[in-house]
Formats: sequence, C-alpha cells, structure tokens
Amino acid sequence: MDLFEWIALILKLVFVLAAVLNTVPIVVWFERRGSAWMQGRVGPNRVGPFGLMQPIADVIKFIFKEDFVPEQASKFFYHAAPVLAAVAPLAAFAAIPFGSYLIIGDRQVPLQIAQLDVGILAALAFAGLEVYPVMLSGWASNNKYSTFGALRGSSQMVSYEIGLGLALVSMLMIYGTLDLNAMVKYQEQTLWGFLPSWGVFLNPVAFVIFLVAIFAETNRLPFDLPEGDAELVGGYHTEYGSTKFLMFFFAEYIAMIMASSLLITLFFGGYAPLPGMKAGVDVLASALGFGSVGTQNLWAVVQVLSMIFKVGCVMFFFVWVRWTFPRFRFDQLMDLGWKILFPLALINLLVVAIFIAMLGG
Amino acid sequence: MAIIVSRKERFLDKLYIPALLVGLKVTFRRFFESLFLGRTMTIQYPEQKREYSQRFRGEHFISVDANKVENCTSCYLCQTVCPAECITIIAEERPNDQNPYGVRKEKRPVRFDIDALRCCFCGFCEEACPKDAIKLSRNYEMAVETRAQAFYDLDHLKREVKGRG
Ligand code: SF4
Ligand code: SF4
Repeated sequence: MDLFEWIALILKLVFVLAAVLNTVPIVVWFERRGSAWMQGRVGPNRVGPFGLMQPIADVIKFIFKEDFVPEQASKFFYHAAPVLAAVAPLAAFAAIPFGSYLIIGDRQVPLQIAQLDVGILAALAFAGLEVYPVMLSGWASNNKYSTFGALRGSSQMVSYEIGLGLALVSMLMIYGTLDLNAMVKYQEQTLWGFLPSWGVFLNPVAFVIFLVAIFAETNRLPFDLPEGDAELVGGYHTEYGSTKFLMFFFAEYIAMIMASSLLITLFFGGYAPLPGMKAGVDVLASALGFGSVGTQNLWAVVQVLSMIFKVGCVMFFFVWVRWTFPRFRFDQLMDLGWKILFPLALINLLVVAIFIAMLGG
Repeated sequence: MAIIVSRKERFLDKLYIPALLVGLKVTFRRFFESLFLGRTMTIQYPEQKREYSQRFRGEHFISVDANKVENCTSCYLCQTVCPAECITIIAEERPNDQNPYGVRKEKRPVRFDIDALRCCFCGFCEEACPKDAIKLSRNYEMAVETRAQAFYDLDHLKREVKGRG
C-alpha cells in the first residue's frame, strides 16, 4: 500500500464512521417523534426546532448521571460488554460497499473499506459477535433479571441465526458469489426489462425470513425479549447506567443500521439506484460538461446517496414495526424460529437449488 | 368455569402476514394524519390548557363579603367533617366594627389553616359549610417550592377568586 491508498482508506473510514454515528441521533429522534405520530401524539418538540436537539439533550443527561458499578459484578466483563456491543456492528461496516468507485487522478478508489472476496462472511461474523455483549453483560452484572435477559438473548439469537444463514445460502446460490460488490453488480441488471433484478423479487421467501431474522438479531420489537422492559426491568442492561447504558443504546441503533445495510445489499440492490437512473445521470453529466471521469464520480455520489436513502427507508420500517406490533411470548418466539422459519428456509433452499439446476445455472 | 372457544382459522389467517399488514396500515395512517394533518390528541400543556368541568374541585378559598370580611363564622363544621383532618381553626369573638350585621357573624377565625398536602379534594368542607364560606376553586396549578407554601393560611384563603376561579 502506498501513501495514496492509506489516505484513501483513512478518509473512507472517517466517512463511514461519521455517517453511521451521525445517523444514530437522527434515528433516535425519529424513533421518538415517529412513534408519537404513529400513536396520535406530538412527541418531544421543545428542544430545538422540531425537537431535533432532543438526542443531544438525552446524551448530556446520560453523561451527567451517576456512574454506578454493582458491588458483585465481575468488573472486567461488566465494562467490556458495552464496548463490544458498539464495536462489533461498527466493524461489520468494513465489508459493506456503499458505492462503486471514485476516480481520483488516474486511480480508482472503491467505495468500500475492505474489498474482501468473502465480504458477506466477514459481515456476518462481526454481526454474530453481537450475542457476546448480551451474554457478557447479563452474566457479569450478577443480577437475576440480567441473567434471564442474557439467557433469552443468546437462545433467541442462536435460533434465528439458523434461519438467517439458510436464507442467505439461497441468495448466495442465486448470486453465485460471496463478494458483496459482485452481488450489487448482479442486482444492477434488470428482470424482464423493467424490474430491477433485486434479491427481493428473485427470492421473496428468503427476504421475509431474513427480515424476521434481523429483527430478532437486533433485539427489536416484536423480538425484544432480552430487554423485555415489562417483565425483566431492562434485561441484560438492567445494571448499566450513565455512559455505559448510552453505549448499549448507541450499539442497538448501530446494529440496526448495519442490519439494514446488509438487508439492502442482499435484497434491494445495495447502492445501485433504480435501473433507469444511469441514463439520467449521464444526461445530467453531459449537460454539466463532465468528462468520463466526472460522470463516474457523479454516478458514485448518486450511488452513495441511494444507499443512504435505502438505509433510511429500512430504518423507517424498523421504527414502524416497533410501534405497531406487540411483543412475542418466549415460547412463541422459539416456535416461530424453529418450527416455521427453519423448515421454511430449508424448503426454500431446496426449491431455489432445483430452479438453478433446471435453468442450468 | 372456563369456556373453550375455538375459532376457525383459514390458511390465510394462520400465515399472519395479512393481519400484520393490516396493523402496519393502521399505524401508517395514524402517522400520516398526525404528521401532515396535525390530528394529534396531545394538549401542549403550559400554552394550552384542558377545559375542566365547572364542578372541578381545586385549590380552596374562603369567600368574603362586600367589606372584605370573611364569611366564615368558625362553626368548625368543615374541620369536623374533613376526612383528611387537614383543617385547623382557632376561633374568637368578632370585633363589633367588623360585624355590621349584628348577630349573624359573631365569631371569626383567628387562624384558618389548610394543609393542602393532606387534603384529598373531596369537597366535604364546601358541602358542610352553612355560610358558603369555604369553597374549592377550579385552579389546579398548585405546585409550590416548599412544603410551608402548601400550608394555606387565612390570608391566602381570602385571596380574590372570580366566579369559581
Ligand atoms: S376538600 Fe375534603 S379533605 Fe380537603 S379540606 Fe375539604 S373536607 Fe378536608
Ligand atoms: S368555613 Fe364554613 S364550615 Fe368551616 S368553620 Fe367557617 S363557617 Fe364553619
């Protein structure tokens, strides 16, 4: 790696980190006001215009709260859990492409932090780490509610990872690659001339399974049993206060953003805008007098914006679902995971395999 | 005895997905209505106040006559009836210059204290009073900074209240 690549890498890192961390307050704001709107309320509208400063007020409140550590907690793991919670989903962003490439000078800069051939596995590996903070915090706080939360969390995440994995395998068979960038390239084609060949149209069953599974993986309602505010006080983070709770809070939203990026990359064409838009951008670029380099750079910017837009839509869906559905009971949750999603994913996998074999893929 | 109700579920019902979509539709419609049409239930409190009934029982006051003399004759009926035992009255004879009506207001309260922190706003004092002296106004904003301020004395109770406040 020469100096240029180092600088490009650092800039990309800063961009992704800043984009993700700045999305969190916006989502938190939307979670609070959006939930209010869905329930016919107004929501926090006093701090700043439209209540936009509310997340900042929340953060300041958390920072000035008492930093409490329970006497019986095992200190190292107790403090490691929130850190891990925030770091694991952030690391997964390294594998997710957020645009094709920019041309700077005469060099191509791919808009992805790590160009891995097995990108999907890296993303999943880091996403799978999310079960550890739940278990560590629940165990280390030495509190029965926390332990219950951790128990539920770990069994739930392990159960849904199977459905998630099988849905993923069927998509991998369709795309024939583990490289997330290549998947997006595949989805840039069109289906029967008008439909973008997005994963959701190719394999809707896998999409539904994947969607349900990421809700369970990120502990969002209707699968928020590890937190279970009603019966477990706060679940695995009962014993966490002030900045440590803030870390968990941030981590939850970072994990959501990560999960939605993965969902988009697999099922909604990743950073690829709608098929017709390439021609539109070409026209715009020629009208502005851009050369081929300028056109590509403009196109890359459009791709990044389309990625952000799609993530926004999925985040809206996350909030929308949370304020619509009640929580599952734990046995129902397990039933859904093992008796419905697992066989469904297997059958779906089989059907996809037969289709691919018949089409001579 | 429990009655077991079995509902017939069609295949579509067992899928749950149509029902989930209906739920999503309801919240989305609500979202749209609150955000764009402003149809929210919230009362933006300090600026906007709820209109309570005329019979709402709030902060107490003691009515006064044309000479700003309290109507109370220290009969102790309110103190006796009060279930929370929060009224304390000390009585004495009313000076004649304050009593232009002769026999009607012979006694007066030297002290008339209501501990609003104990009061349950039942309104019995108002019902018991033969002189319509003690009344409950419609003021419900009774927040105070110290406990002593929630201890209403005669001066506070004789404040001017229009209508029922
Ligand atoms: S409202 Fe009821 S509790 Fe309050 S002072 Fe009157 S009688 Fe006592
Ligand atoms: S307020 Fe009414 S009931 Fe109470 S002592 Fe005075 S006159 Fe009697």
